[in-house]
Amino acid sequence: MYVAVKGGEAAIDNAHRLLADRRRGDRAVPALTLDQIAGQLALAVDRVMAEGSLYDRRLAALAVKQARGDLIEAIFLLRAYRTTLARFGYSEPLDTGAMLVERRISACHKDLPGGQLLGPTFDYTHRLLDEGLDGDASVEAGKIRAGAAEKVVRVADILADEGLIEGDGLATGDGPGDINHTPVEFPLSRAMRLQSLSRGDEGFLLALGYSTQRGYARSHPFAGEIRIGEVEVEVFLPELGFAVPVGRVQVTECQMVNQFKGSAKVPPQFTRGYGLVFGQSERKAMAMALCDRALRAEELGEDIVAPPQDQEFVISHCDNVQATGFVEHLKLPHYVDFQAELGLVRRMRAEYEARDREVAPVREAAE
Amino acid sequence: MTSRTSTYNFAYLDEQTKRMIRRAILKAIAIPGYQVPFASREMPMPYGWGTGGVQVTASILGPRDVLKVIDQGADDTTNAVSVRKFFQRVAGVATTTKTGEATIIQTRHRIPEQPLREGQVLVYQVPIPEPLRFLEPRETETRKMHALEEYGLMHVKLYEDIARNGHIATTYAYPVKVEGRYVMDPSPTPKFDNPKMHRSEALQLFGAGREKRIYALPPHTDVVSLDFEDHPFEVQKFDRPCALCAAEGVYLDEVVLDDRGGRMFVCSDTDHCETRRADGHRGELAGDTT
Amino acid sequence: MQRESIVLEGGFTDPVIESQAVFRALMDAMAHPARAYRIGHHAAPSVPIAATAAAVACAVVDADTPVWLDGALAIDAVRTWLGFHTGARFANSPGEAAFALIADGAGMPALQRFAQGTEEYPDRSSTVILQLSALDGGDALAFEGPGIRTRATIAPVGLPAEFPTQWRANRARFPRGVDLILTAGDAIACLPRSARLLAGEN
Repeated sequence: MYVAVKGGEAAIDNAHRLLADRRRGDRAVPALTLDQIAGQLALAVDRVMAEGSLYDRRLAALAVKQARGDLIEAIFLLRAYRTTLARFGYSEPLDTGAMLVERRISACHKDLPGGQLLGPTFDYTHRLLDEGLDGDASVEAGKIRAGAAEKVVRVADILADEGLIEGDGLATGDGPGDINHTPVEFPLSRAMRLQSLSRGDEGFLLALGYSTQRGYARSHPFAGEIRIGEVEVEVFLPELGFAVPVGRVQVTECQMVNQFKGSAKVPPQFTRGYGLVFGQSERKAMAMALCDRALRAEELGEDIVAPPQDQEFVISHCDNVQATGFVEHLKLPHYVDFQAELGLVRRMRAEYEARDREVAPVREAAE
Repeated sequence: MTSRTSTYNFAYLDEQTKRMIRRAILKAIAIPGYQVPFASREMPMPYGWGTGGVQVTASILGPRDVLKVIDQGADDTTNAVSVRKFFQRVAGVATTTKTGEATIIQTRHRIPEQPLREGQVLVYQVPIPEPLRFLEPRETETRKMHALEEYGLMHVKLYEDIARNGHIATTYAYPVKVEGRYVMDPSPTPKFDNPKMHRSEALQLFGAGREKRIYALPPHTDVVSLDFEDHPFEVQKFDRPCALCAAEGVYLDEVVLDDRGGRMFVCSDTDHCETRRADGHRGELAGDTT
Repeated sequence: MQRESIVLEGGFTDPVIESQAVFRALMDAMAHPARAYRIGHHAAPSVPIAATAAAVACAVVDADTPVWLDGALAIDAVRTWLGFHTGARFANSPGEAAFALIADGAGMPALQRFAQGTEEYPDRSSTVILQLSALDGGDALAFEGPGIRTRATIAPVGLPAEFPTQWRANRARFPRGVDLILTAGDAIACLPRSARLLAGEN
């Protein structure tokens, strides 16, 4: 006698228990604290905040812990929490020119007002595994240049003085747009594209940005400026009639400077690709800036010849929470549809073999 | 770092989100078969695992509802269990496996065999809501095609099937035309279920979370599967009854019994099968006891 | 002081549960055109807006949906009450309205003056909420279409005289067009744009 498979509920409960067990690992080893994760795996936490699009280091650290270090899973956890939060309003545009920079570099100039400020970068480390980190050896305090963490002029503003680079443009009158509250309708405004890119998957944008450097929609980029630091977030209160600061966030900003030959409407000048990401996320900010510039092809009258210039392609596929969900849904049972396909293949196979049987005697006769 | 607890609203979604989804549902009902864009939210289950259906259910669900969740026709498949537990946890609603007792049925890939009645709502989880998507990948283009009622491409595709195979080779997610206007994707249900959509007594709501679309079929709505005069639409037929309850004219799962080619065919709709067996129907492999 | 208390009173006492209850009646009514559903008593506004229309507004309106008020409702007390209880913004013309609230059905603007949506996005159209004196006792209107088994008849009191002509024109614009929510007493009935008005009994 056949008994249909039952017990999905017990199976799920058991799987969750096993997951909790594996997450905890060896009980003889102390459990990770959220302070340890936020403090010592800070760049993982920053990526989760950026792509989870919620600025909260504690919750991001919790998500990293809960996800066993699977960052896309952690991003998903954070996103699923933020989506339930009430929206009180929209901040004023951030003034990144007023940023207290911890790192600020430009590849366009040897030196510049405010100087090149390396900050805590991997850039010039030798990638040699350091066995000294296996343990808790004491680490000396970092040195910060006197007068650092102050306001420094933006490279784009220096170039703008000569009129050789396009301006910031004016904020549009219809508000910032909000990809969470507006269904996507192509073509998207640049503001909406930037929101999507800012929380887009680092790997996806990195690969697309890389492809523009290799000739797919090449636009000769220079890293005009990369700056990392804290900026103030202000909210305009109608009751008061002015904007008040509600807190500070750390962001990474990248302004790519790109060659532009000019068009019928626009004189030859440098154009810009823009990247802005929560936390210290330099690779992501640079990749975002390359993609932003590529997506401006239509606006600048350039031929659309490669995937990074195609906004439907880029924006529809850059969200890793969407992507991982749909790819992984193939794990769900599909046996009802598979049954339908089985029936079809059997029928087509039978028809094929029947045709074969009809043809075969004819062939023999001919021979 | 300060410690906080994160709490959630009744049925998980915040009220602003529910209102937005509710408005989309009302428009979807007023324009049967038209895909209404909505600002789909992240849900605590992955995209592709029913986030659209879950958002629709969460937005219509009230404390007095009785919820049934099926996947592949079964109440006890893991994803059905998971979605059902989610609503028990966040809304505290009563749940059932009985099709007749449910006020809301959320489904993936099947329509129950028992005809639905007035007042019931069937909520479909939809992966790709656009029936024209595999013919034309661009939303900007497919939207124009719907606006202009330009469905020639779909007929060409189906007819190419006939030219190549002698019959239409689409077995699930088989396109339908709603009230003579919109071509609609019924979600990946086997085409066996398409006739159940036509003039159903129940309200049918479709939610696609990742693709951010909601569409609907009010009760008593004409839903016609696309076909040709010389190749009329036909559903799958099984050449044997259910091995457990002896039901005929239902959709069957093929169960592999051993590695020597042994097979049995049983109802995909587990509630239908159990109800029939409780009523004394016996298939050839049912055994004597229930 | 007194004005404040007028504004604060009369909304949903349990917004989560009452919004759901009112919406569910709306959904059923939209899915069964021209059939009356009683929603019970939810809102009790202290300003001149009918309780059932107010309850419908509380369930579906918020800051994302511009609301247009007809002459009888376009007074500060109503705007303040709706603003407080729903967060509504107000539209300057019927053509910009996601929702319109109409107290004077007989004098309402022609249906074509409301937002109709586009061929690509027919959902971007107005939903018109009408305060009527009764849903029966007027001229009978018989409909067929999605949501209706054979035919559904309703006889609301207070629609404009040229309503049948306007509704046929609205149906002719399908999939564009407006949807109506009729309210009277504690009952609602809906006329989605898909409903076809039959000739004869009117």
